[in-house]
Amino acid sequence: MNFLIHNLLSLMMLVPLIGAGFVLIVRHQDKEIEKRNIRWVTLLATLFTFVLSIVLWGLFDGSTADFQFVEKYEWIGNSISYHVGVDGISMLFVVLTAFLMPIVVLASWESVETRVKEYMIAFLLLETLMIGVFSALDIFLFYVFFEGGLIPMYLIIGVWGGLNRIYASFKFFLYTLLGSVLMLVAVFYMFIETGTTDIPMLMNHHFDADVQNLLWLAFFASFAVKMPMWPVHTWLPDAHVQAPTAGSVILAGVLLKMGGYGFLRFSLPMFPEATMHFAWLVFALSIIAIVYTSLVALVQNDIKKLIAYSSVAHMGFVTIGIFVLNANGIEGAIFTMLSHGIVSGALFLCVGVIYDRLHTREISRYGGLSINMKIYATIFVIFSMASVGLPGMSGFVGEFLVLNGAYTYDSWIAFFATTGVVLGAAYMLYLVRRLVFGELDKDDVKAMPDLNLREKIIFVPLVAVVFWMGIYPNSFLDPIHASVQNLIDTKFSAFENQTVVNVGPVEETEAPAAEAHHDAH
Amino acid sequence: MMYKLIVFLPLIGFLIAGMFGRRIGDKASQLLTASLVSVAAILSWMAFAEIALSGNKAHVHVLDWVSSGTLNFSWAFKIDTLTAVMLVVVNSVSALVHWYSMGYMHEDPDKPRFFAYLSLFTFAMLMLVTSDNLVQMFFGWEGVGLASYLLIGFWFKKPSANAAAIKAFVVNRVGDFGFALGIYAVFVLFGSVEFDVIFANAADFQNATMTFLGHEYHALTVICLLLFVGAMGKSAQLGLHTWLPDAMEGPTPVSALIHAATMVTAGVFLVARFSPVFQYAPDALVVVTVIGAATAFFAASVGLVQNDIKRVIAYSTCSQLGYMFFALGVGAYGGAVFHLFTHAFFKALLFLGAGSVIHAMHHEQDMRNMGGLLKKIPLTAAVMFIGNLAITGFPFLSGFYSKDMIIEAAYASHAPGAEFAFVMGVAAALMTSFYSWRLWFMTFMGETRADHHTYDHAHEGPWTIRFPLIVLAVGAVFAGMVFHGAFIGDNRVAFWNGALVTSAHDIMTEAHHVPFIVKAMPFVVMVLGAVLAMWFYLRKTDLPQRTAEMWDGLYAFLLNKWYFDELYNFIFVRPAFWLGGFFWKRGDEQTIDGFGPNGVSHAVAVIAAKARKLQSGYVYHYAFAMIIGLALVVTWFMAQSGGH
Repeated sequence: MNFLIHNLLSLMMLVPLIGAGFVLIVRHQDKEIEKRNIRWVTLLATLFTFVLSIVLWGLFDGSTADFQFVEKYEWIGNSISYHVGVDGISMLFVVLTAFLMPIVVLASWESVETRVKEYMIAFLLLETLMIGVFSALDIFLFYVFFEGGLIPMYLIIGVWGGLNRIYASFKFFLYTLLGSVLMLVAVFYMFIETGTTDIPMLMNHHFDADVQNLLWLAFFASFAVKMPMWPVHTWLPDAHVQAPTAGSVILAGVLLKMGGYGFLRFSLPMFPEATMHFAWLVFALSIIAIVYTSLVALVQNDIKKLIAYSSVAHMGFVTIGIFVLNANGIEGAIFTMLSHGIVSGALFLCVGVIYDRLHTREISRYGGLSINMKIYATIFVIFSMASVGLPGMSGFVGEFLVLNGAYTYDSWIAFFATTGVVLGAAYMLYLVRRLVFGELDKDDVKAMPDLNLREKIIFVPLVAVVFWMGIYPNSFLDPIHASVQNLIDTKFSAFENQTVVNVGPVEETEAPAAEAHHDAH
Repeated sequence: MMYKLIVFLPLIGFLIAGMFGRRIGDKASQLLTASLVSVAAILSWMAFAEIALSGNKAHVHVLDWVSSGTLNFSWAFKIDTLTAVMLVVVNSVSALVHWYSMGYMHEDPDKPRFFAYLSLFTFAMLMLVTSDNLVQMFFGWEGVGLASYLLIGFWFKKPSANAAAIKAFVVNRVGDFGFALGIYAVFVLFGSVEFDVIFANAADFQNATMTFLGHEYHALTVICLLLFVGAMGKSAQLGLHTWLPDAMEGPTPVSALIHAATMVTAGVFLVARFSPVFQYAPDALVVVTVIGAATAFFAASVGLVQNDIKRVIAYSTCSQLGYMFFALGVGAYGGAVFHLFTHAFFKALLFLGAGSVIHAMHHEQDMRNMGGLLKKIPLTAAVMFIGNLAITGFPFLSGFYSKDMIIEAAYASHAPGAEFAFVMGVAAALMTSFYSWRLWFMTFMGETRADHHTYDHAHEGPWTIRFPLIVLAVGAVFAGMVFHGAFIGDNRVAFWNGALVTSAHDIMTEAHHVPFIVKAMPFVVMVLGAVLAMWFYLRKTDLPQRTAEMWDGLYAFLLNKWYFDELYNFIFVRPAFWLGGFFWKRGDEQTIDGFGPNGVSHAVAVIAAKARKLQSGYVYHYAFAMIIGLALVVTWFMAQSGGH
């Protein structure tokens, strides 16, 4: 048992691989039975990984900022090692990944009929790689997982995607290539300067300020594309539109989080001065993203594009939260990423449900679904409200913390970013109105049946988590605190916020005109 | 435990009716939700006795909510007199509306959903008024917004109902924008979002300044104004009022509960709750006074010419909320909350009465097609008559005590804006009397203008409709008489017990000592308004038509609600859609993609064209290229490490 716990992260990466191996050897004369067996094997592998992730969460010690479940083995030469472990910043992303996988496997149960074997193998490989990204403690290992994860994703979009899938995967490739190349160069430089690729060691290394700026920009190129930030976001709507439902869920739910995670794992701790130096750039791009993409979302006719654009807007909140460099902001950013992983994933699943029935993503083809698909309509409204950031659901907590942190930093940022709250309500409710409300006047829409048992099973855990995160978010915030506080204390303790309070002289008392400098402590 | 029951019983009703409504059936859903809210209402009166009448306070911790950095807050209840008053108002009206709806929604196929929404609303409203911190209040604030959205759009097949629902939510979000920024500002200043901490420290920060949008301002003024923007949205004050009239698309019981008695008073509640902070922000109070007074006047003026029975009452609500705000602005916090309290009775009565008319007339809402209904539905006519007397301030009915106090306080105050508020308040009182009686005369008196079939079949509703009307009528008559001593009279300091800023020498004492002519003024204009209405609608029935023609410009201006909707459509809605399209087509597709990926891809167009024939094989190439790349990198590292 102890052996398992000491190797928990490796085990979590291994289980999907073993699952993939089984899928590979499943053979049966009857193709239908073969497919069924493949699906079950995949589901069981992902469920088992999920159980392991719960063990990980349960055994995680939230009181320390140290890396836990650390495994380190020599790997390539004497400089690159297989070094994995999680801290408060990464642990919940591993859980998120493991949580979404069984759901997407179930979501693909009936909608994917061609090349089921390859499809399931791609997803299982993807799971291994994604868990690897969030647990790698060697920058080279991280890079391998980070880039490697794109390969199954290209395949998922390119093989099982929509009509224009080649264009979408090409665009996806071009953007990420640009970012990756720059990041790779930076990694080389860091290795040459320090002689190590070990992340904890690199965190303690102080790079020269000028060098920091260049390295920061190189990493930024890669993470900004992944987030995605404006103006390098245009691959996302196309990728989502062309990807199969499960691909969209993983793309929005997990892959987009790698950018934010990258900022927290590399940019902030390794290049703190550059981080402060370039924060204005991030804020400007984030605010533009929030306003710009919210407005674009308002005029979309394609459901998936609308949700994709809303993702870009939500990620704008995340980048703001990360770079305001206080506990509220960073914890809010992490929370927003977790919440967005659930909510946008669920929204794409919702799209998948009606796409499976009518095979179109055009909003105007639907309408009045709350008459014939009552349960579906209810669930769709719930997730829309979570996306809008209604308190009591997951979206609110992260958004609130981010904006609170942003206001502490500078009220201008909070002022502009909060406009996104108004615009978010506008585009989301407009979508809800066109999909589920109104007259049910189209014959093919009338014929659509409500959710079946499998679909209900998919949504129940998502709804439960959305409310859990909204009502008792401390379950998710508690493991984060120590690591975030440590990051701020060790790297940004001298940092000062710009929203300043002067407690002026209170005339009635003879208190001296003490200029109390008051920040968020 | 009692307080938890009061708040959570409606939630239980919502969950059961919402999730299992179709399984347990219409009848069970209705009875269950109505009973649970009724129990909560009875418990609320017990709480009122316990807290307000006995001078107690209570604090109930339910569950931790968020802790991050130095920010901590919980799900918790702060029960003081102000909360107890709101509990009574919310649960009493809600219970009556639940029962009323059983009759009113009799023919609707979606009853469980309707009752679930009503209970959800009640729960959210209770969370709002019981909160011990700003964020939970915001939860309730948004929760009532959600319930309002769902109920306005309850008949979701109607495009107009959908549009009104979205409008209500989005316009409220504009207010929430201010509210949210206010919460952040409070946290920066006080280091907490909990009321007890904020109010205890407000005095220490009375001269504090804070940077807001790059400038130094008086910190408490910034906070109060930001919070007031939120209050303006929820309470439909001038500028953010446009959603309220449209909200009448919802079923009438909803209008009575949400858009008259409870939710729209949340803004008043917020400012009253923050009276310990507002008292140190005189500039913010001036803004509250002026906006409130302007709203009272504006809404009353629009109410003069509306023909839809519900819209008249909606503008009336908007106008009465204006009264409450300028009462707050001049420092008569108790007067404002007292008007909130009495208004809940007579306005819910008027709305439910209007609902009874609409029910009798088979969903006819245009008063031009009514008339002569006194003979057909005398009970409804009688209770609406009482409601009119109460709202116009007929002596010794509820409105008389609360509204007159507000007008007198505005006169007595020397704060900037108070004089304006007094003039607007009196003018609005005149118009209130006119439009209220206009409504009554057009509906109940004269020859009927309805078609024969409808008129002949008009009849009173079942007891579930009649009973709430009678209860509310009793409230509208006696609420002022019984409670004015406690709310605004000599007992007020003991009664409020620190929940509001009151003292024995505040503005309300001065208001009791204004000249007789000022005290008589509301009465005079009330009579004047009633007589004018009688003249216009009973005697010279061609006069309204002639007046409208003579002043056609003014008439159109009022009928079109001062053109706010057109203006907002022009400045906000259309540009938003235009910009969205522009950014999408010109920004993303033409500029970013044009110079970015498409520009690059153009260079390799030939390859792409070939690749398209290879279909998915093309993608494998990428994958393959990446693996090769990774292999090269590994080799490089191996070579490097070998060299070390």
